[in-house]
Amino acid sequence: MKTFKKAKSIVAAIVLGLGVSQVQASDQSLLNSSYDIARELFASYNEHFAQYWQEKTGQTVEIRQSHGGSSRQAQAIIEGLRADVVTFNQVTDIDILHQRGKLVPADWREQLPNASSPYYSTMAYLVREGNPKNIQNWDDLAHEDVSSVFPNPKTSGNGRYTYLAAYGYAQQAFPEDQDAIDSFVRTFLNRVAVFDTGGRGATTTFVERGIGDVLITFESEVNNILAEFPDQNFEVVVPKVSFLAEFPVAVVERHAQRNGNLELARAYLEELYSEDAQRLLAGFNYRVHNEVVQQEFSEQFPEVELLTIEQIAGSWDSAMEVHFASGGKLDQLQRR
Amino acid sequence: MRTSAHLRIGDQPWVKWSLITLALSLVTLLLLVPLFAIFAQAFSGGLESYIANVTDRFTLHAIGLTLFVAALTVPINLVFGVFLAWLVTRFEFPGRKLLITLIDIPFAVSPVVAGLLYLLLYGSNGWIGSRLMDHDIQLMFSWPGILMVTVFVTCPFVARELIPLMQQQGKEEEEAGVTLGASGWQLFRRITLPNIQWALIYGVVLTNARAVGEFGAVSVVSGNIRGETNTLPLHVELLYQDYNVVGAFASSSLLAGIALLTLFVKSFVEWRQARQRHALNEEEI
Amino acid sequence: MSLAITSAISLNPSKRVLPGFALSLGISLLFISLILLLPITGLLLQTAGMSWNEYWSVISDPRVVASYKVTLWAAAWASAFNGVVGLLLAWVLVRYEFPGKRIVDALMDLPFALPTAVAGITLSALFAENGWYGSILAEAGIKVAFTPLGIIVAMSFTSLPFVVRTVQPVLEDLAVEDEEAAISMGGSDLTVFRRVIFPSLWPALLTGIALSFTRSLGEFGAVIFIAGNMPYVSEITSLMIFIRLQEFDYAAASAIASVVLLASLILLFLINIWQAFYLRRIHGR
Repeated sequence: MKTFKKAKSIVAAIVLGLGVSQVQASDQSLLNSSYDIARELFASYNEHFAQYWQEKTGQTVEIRQSHGGSSRQAQAIIEGLRADVVTFNQVTDIDILHQRGKLVPADWREQLPNASSPYYSTMAYLVREGNPKNIQNWDDLAHEDVSSVFPNPKTSGNGRYTYLAAYGYAQQAFPEDQDAIDSFVRTFLNRVAVFDTGGRGATTTFVERGIGDVLITFESEVNNILAEFPDQNFEVVVPKVSFLAEFPVAVVERHAQRNGNLELARAYLEELYSEDAQRLLAGFNYRVHNEVVQQEFSEQFPEVELLTIEQIAGSWDSAMEVHFASGGKLDQLQRR
Repeated sequence: MRTSAHLRIGDQPWVKWSLITLALSLVTLLLLVPLFAIFAQAFSGGLESYIANVTDRFTLHAIGLTLFVAALTVPINLVFGVFLAWLVTRFEFPGRKLLITLIDIPFAVSPVVAGLLYLLLYGSNGWIGSRLMDHDIQLMFSWPGILMVTVFVTCPFVARELIPLMQQQGKEEEEAGVTLGASGWQLFRRITLPNIQWALIYGVVLTNARAVGEFGAVSVVSGNIRGETNTLPLHVELLYQDYNVVGAFASSSLLAGIALLTLFVKSFVEWRQARQRHALNEEEI
Repeated sequence: MSLAITSAISLNPSKRVLPGFALSLGISLLFISLILLLPITGLLLQTAGMSWNEYWSVISDPRVVASYKVTLWAAAWASAFNGVVGLLLAWVLVRYEFPGKRIVDALMDLPFALPTAVAGITLSALFAENGWYGSILAEAGIKVAFTPLGIIVAMSFTSLPFVVRTVQPVLEDLAVEDEEAAISMGGSDLTVFRRVIFPSLWPALLTGIALSFTRSLGEFGAVIFIAGNMPYVSEITSLMIFIRLQEFDYAAASAIASVVLLASLILLFLINIWQAFYLRRIHGR
């Protein structure tokens, strides 16, 4: 350990040599492990929280951020990354923290309001200028002349949600007719032009490579893209029926306790539900639960019927087993 | 020295220049244009935004960490590569070919899998990692873990450069040296090193380049903590995820720049050596 | 160089004339065990938890089998392409003087230095139908980005330096005497190249191609950005491994990785044996 410290001071020396100071000393520090596209969101929230915490306790706090694919992040925590809190975009990635190492309690979804999901989103479409293929709902995506882009459901939660949304739509459109449901979803999957491994890759494919008539991703992302590429005149379409995409959070109790951060970690997540934080989240185009903020942003978020995982597949566990496991429904529908 | 017109093949002007033209067009298409595309993207927001991106606190930290890891990786693999090459090209022993094959394992393993191997072994649930954990030593998700996978991914380069060359040269000169009473170190310094120095430098350059650019394996064991365990390639990925394409390519251009710098150093050393040899020759005359 | 004299001195047939056998064997074995074999054992232990039937059903899944075919096919084309282009580039860099040679030489290692993801993003930008290359190719009716052809492009880009850098030192070190003799005896350039130069280059060239091939088998970062990743058509084996990892199914990931690893190792082992055999034949020993 000693030699590491010594070498670490060499790193510090190199860094100092380049004219930067190491992270400044704070009273407390907290590690937030999060999904890949949430860096700016949490950079902004961390500022808010640090201020709130100082006003409340008089202590300064430094929030360190780790971002990556949600499943990869969970894997790192299981293997020893000492994150105090997780803010993910997939329920199953927090479940695995309980199953593989009892790092979070079994009832983590009951620890915080709204099933521990302080904000949520849904799957929406980004179409090219003027919506030339007139894409309004899921059935339009099965048309022969439509080609769509969304990330691979096998590698990305984003893609999984899109698959489930289409499946849920088909369940409504063809009640009790499994063959019709399967055939619709199969056609829908056949219309995909490119399967990127992550959401950002799919965005690049659609926006910069010019592939596909429609990009399907989180509503929050669709709005971000719209703001990032104003000259392309994309249009947002929110289908009438879509999937409730939750963004679950949890305290990694085992680690937080060990780091002496339990109280701080809980406060960090609870503060996400405060009106100010909810406003901040809505500013990043996420849907929130706070009614006052909902009112303020009502124009930004059109009404949509949100299907839950319980309605579509019973539970996440059974969804993973029936649909996404090797040889499951998704594999069958993609078979040629 | 060689003054007559045609002593080596391919020296006729038309052969020479058509081959050069062909090679240069390929280099342009395959390497130069992609490189140019990176810099074009990096500077697409103007010089100011380029500088702002490069001097960002987290970018600078990533640069420092990346250089630090490379600075440790290169000597480790240099020593190992030279010993291994000496062993397999100068001695016959059972299992020699197996050893040469083993050294190629890192090329055969996908970097993501390489990272996973280390994570499963040294992670807190791993066979070694759990024991280290009892002593509160954490290798993964800190720089020692990054160093370990980087050494793994780059360890074949030096050996791989040296082995074919030393095999081709044979061991006669060194054996002559031994009969003349040279010690092992003298032998290596006076006879082997001058013969293999270019291959050695190539090996170091490749090791360094790959160490600086490694992404897949590092991303698995890094933990991606910004300002702590984020290497430059990981930083590129992170910026790209943030829709900061300009920033991502600015950081990429740094990586390309580091590579070109290393190569420049190599060329300089080469030039100095050539001049030295030239001077020596003249003295002798 | 007076090879004849030195080999005359080393008439002593005793095998281990040279010093350093024990030292270099010790260091090499220690390093290989710690850095390479220990983690690989971890991989095998992961798969050891599976029954043979489970193992077989994971590695013979039709989608995975389709990915083997795509990967092998693309890696074969990419390394063949690199063999031809790499030989040409190495030849031009060693044999000829031309303005900008140093720069071209320096550029050669670019693919190693760039994070593979950056390479993938850049290549897919160039080869997409609205990109610089893609728009020209589209007129000829050729689609590269998001087709299996894109996989070949990404693989050959990331592994091009292998061939150049293995051939270059050997070519540089080639004895001039044989070549001059052959020319003075009136051999045409092509004959001399085929009969005199190629036999010495062959092992290095093959090594380069084999390395390029094995590296391509494991390539992930660059390929996924340009492949399109359509099931059964353009999914590579590394993606299959990645998918299993996302599912937290380490055993299945390790199983597929072990197939790639084994195939690469067998291939490399054969090449090494063959190369040694070939070398012995040309040296007449």
